[in-house]
Amino acid sequence: MPANLPTPDQLIDALAAQIAPQITPDCALVGIHTGGVWLMEALVQRLKLDIPQAVLSIAFYRDDFSRIGLHPETKPSHIPFDVEGRRILLLDDVLYTGRTIRAAMNLLFDYGRPASIRLGVLVDRGGRELPVCADYVGLNLDLDPDEHVSLEKSETEGLHFVMKRKP
Amino acid sequence: MKDSLQLTEDGRLRHLLTLEGLPARILTQILDTAASFITVSAQERDVKKVPLLRGKAIFNIFFENSTRTRTTFEIAAKRLSADVVNLNINASSQSKGETLLDTVANLSAMQADMFIVRHAAAGASHLIARHVAPHIHVINAGDGRCAHPTQGLLDMFTLRHYKGAFHNLRVAVVGDVLHSRVARSQIHALTTLGCPEVRVVAPKTLLPRDVENLGVHVFHKMNEGIKDVDAVLMLRLQNERMRGSRLPSAGEYYKHWGLTPDKLKLAKPDAIVMHPGPMNRGVEIDSAVADGVQSVILSQVTFGIAVRMAVMSLLAGAGATGAQA
Amino acid sequence: MKVHIRNGRVIDPASGLDAVQDVYVAASHIVGVGSAPADFHANQIIDASGLVVCPGLVDLAVRLREPGLEYKATLESEMHAAAVGGVTSLACPPDTDPPLDEPGLVEMLKFRAKHMPGPRVYPIGALTRQLKGERLTEMAELQEAGCMAFSQADAPLVDTQVLLRAMEYAKTFDLPIWLRPQDAHLAREGVAHDGVVAARLGFPPIPVPAETVAISTILLLVRETGARVHLARLSSRAGIEMVRRAKHDGLPITCDVGVHHIHLSEMDTAGFDANCHLVPPLRSLRDREAIRRGLADGTIDAVCSDHAPVDEDAKELPFQEAEAGATGVELLLPLTLKWAREAGLSLHQALGFISHRPADILGVDGGRLAVGRPADLCLFDPESAWIVSPSNLASLGKNSPYLGLEMQGRVMFTLIDGHLDFRRDPQRLRHA
Repeated sequence: MPANLPTPDQLIDALAAQIAPQITPDCALVGIHTGGVWLMEALVQRLKLDIPQAVLSIAFYRDDFSRIGLHPETKPSHIPFDVEGRRILLLDDVLYTGRTIRAAMNLLFDYGRPASIRLGVLVDRGGRELPVCADYVGLNLDLDPDEHVSLEKSETEGLHFVMKRKP
Repeated sequence: MKDSLQLTEDGRLRHLLTLEGLPARILTQILDTAASFITVSAQERDVKKVPLLRGKAIFNIFFENSTRTRTTFEIAAKRLSADVVNLNINASSQSKGETLLDTVANLSAMQADMFIVRHAAAGASHLIARHVAPHIHVINAGDGRCAHPTQGLLDMFTLRHYKGAFHNLRVAVVGDVLHSRVARSQIHALTTLGCPEVRVVAPKTLLPRDVENLGVHVFHKMNEGIKDVDAVLMLRLQNERMRGSRLPSAGEYYKHWGLTPDKLKLAKPDAIVMHPGPMNRGVEIDSAVADGVQSVILSQVTFGIAVRMAVMSLLAGAGATGAQA
Repeated sequence: MKVHIRNGRVIDPASGLDAVQDVYVAASHIVGVGSAPADFHANQIIDASGLVVCPGLVDLAVRLREPGLEYKATLESEMHAAAVGGVTSLACPPDTDPPLDEPGLVEMLKFRAKHMPGPRVYPIGALTRQLKGERLTEMAELQEAGCMAFSQADAPLVDTQVLLRAMEYAKTFDLPIWLRPQDAHLAREGVAHDGVVAARLGFPPIPVPAETVAISTILLLVRETGARVHLARLSSRAGIEMVRRAKHDGLPITCDVGVHHIHLSEMDTAGFDANCHLVPPLRSLRDREAIRRGLADGTIDAVCSDHAPVDEDAKELPFQEAEAGATGVELLLPLTLKWAREAGLSLHQALGFISHRPADILGVDGGRLAVGRPADLCLFDPESAWIVSPSNLASLGKNSPYLGLEMQGRVMFTLIDGHLDFRRDPQRLRHA
């Protein structure tokens, strides 16, 4: 495991710098619940963006439903704009297998046909199982399958990374 | 005993047969999940379905005809991308002498994943649940006078939607409680979810003996029973009960227990009016009330789809090996 | 055939005898208790040490399902099951197909039963033709054919005029009438006690007044006619109280309860177990208490199995659609023993309710263990535990509320008319 990760704030700065030039008025931000939503909120604040924002909950689109069932706490998706023809910037905290991104894209297409979807992530940890790659990446890591990184939020620490090794 | 039939060993819902005895956490989980499903039928969606139950075969087995209930389950299943097969058993195999369990065994052999069962006898869905293969889930869509759990849940969803919580509510269930599976499911759900005052309002001929044991307050007079309540849950009066030895006439029933604008004034000013449908206007409810501002009857129908989607998803997910409780 | 039963704990409920003694049987009678008659040379010796030796049980209601209902059970299977249960005399209700309403049917049944091993079979004749409650049967003829009493079984007798006439006619010949008190109108469509469980689960109810109104009618007509009436299968506290008062007033009535009603209540129907769908319905815990009190104070005269073997097709249905009844002839003894343990009764007190008391109601020489009495004996191990399961039941009816549960007390030998009609443990048997 890497000993010293950059803080989320540092990575958000890096990501904001990559994204800023690409933002146009027909863009919309879409955060995947919950880490992607935190990332979206932070970017909006940094860049003082005034473009539509959506929250996606992919519980009903997961491909592992028959394996693990419904997530115990499902949240509704909230997409307060017309997806049709929109340029969408999809945001998530960590990119791993690519399955979450596939589910999120399926969900978006059920709302309409976007003009484009680009993907921004705070961390790309490798280990892809689907042909998905991010357009904007804060940090590339090469983690073993039993290593996990996730974005967490608490009142005392704010946004921070948690590294775990799971058997 | 019933709980071990409805719940998996690790406490997840395997079948939904009755709300009686289900823990509040399960009821709340269903209501919370249903809230997420409301968006699936939202206007802004091009595709008003999610792929959750794609490839699953859901059989609506109705031993008792009810187009309305069957349709709501069918819509819910289709919004989850499941394949739905409707069977009206009255018209087919039962008349050929095939037993209930034979029918179920036959359908199981057709690779069913879920049975939605409506039957005229109490406990029919329990019987089926006891005999199906482990991967098959059973939802009770009404068994005799016993239970109609998804109706009870959608009523709870509606109540929570308009009133926020249950712990400060006074609710009156009005009408033919004796013959009503809906009333029994409502009462079990309300008491489980912590509603402090559940009333039943009906003539003695339409109340079960010992109904107080269900944790309700009994009223025979409408003006006393709905005084200061937050919600009036009307029940349907079956045609065959309107005259005979239980009630002399529909007219006398309406006069004493029909919900009119005047009687509704006795409830709290912001009280809501619910009805499981189909309504007998002018028998148990006045049109002015049914179509009035306090009526949330059409919301019940909308919410009913989301609640049934939630139940189907939770059941289908409970079979998953690595599922989280 | 001479049988020597050694070292058993001999209990005769009628006389109060309870001692470890030997019993000697010759031909079809008991010829010695305690000491052997002169020149007694046994052909068979049964080692009964550790066993209770008591009169063969007398069961007031065992459905043998013949004629006509052989898909549920057969005469052969149920006679054998009765012997396995230690029953040596049984009354069979007339609810066969066709019902026992003609002498020919009764004679045929008696004849067939006589030529099979197993208990003495005493048919109860139909009170009305086809049990329809309209026209009387030829009671005198039926009595000659072998009927001990007349009843409607579980069929209703709606018309009180017919009931009055039936009592008057039966009284003419001094024939006993056995009636299950249930008002057909009040019980209409009902399947369960009108109490908390029916309120919860919405079972169509049978209110207690269905029983008390019927008892009231019967008692008034008994006062009027002087007919000998036995009330079969009481179920409610209020009903038992009415019988208690009527007996106190000197009315010549007797009554019984089904053995399941001593133990089970409406609570047992809450799991929709169709095997708990009984007639009369299992009632409240208070009613069950009243049944136990009624037995203790002698208001209730006898306990019977109300044996009703039902085929699987008729039971594997939702509770209210399933055919009523439970198999029980093999559980009569263990359930009576269970009650005795729970109520703190002595063995001879408890066994009296399934031996000499029902024998007296039936009017037969049975249920007593004494010199000169018929050699109808039941030898059971009061400690032996066994699990009720389809394979452990000899009856073709596997419909027991006790499936999967443990019973204590098991019949080891049954002697009927001096013949060893059932033996579970050949190790204890020696041929001399």
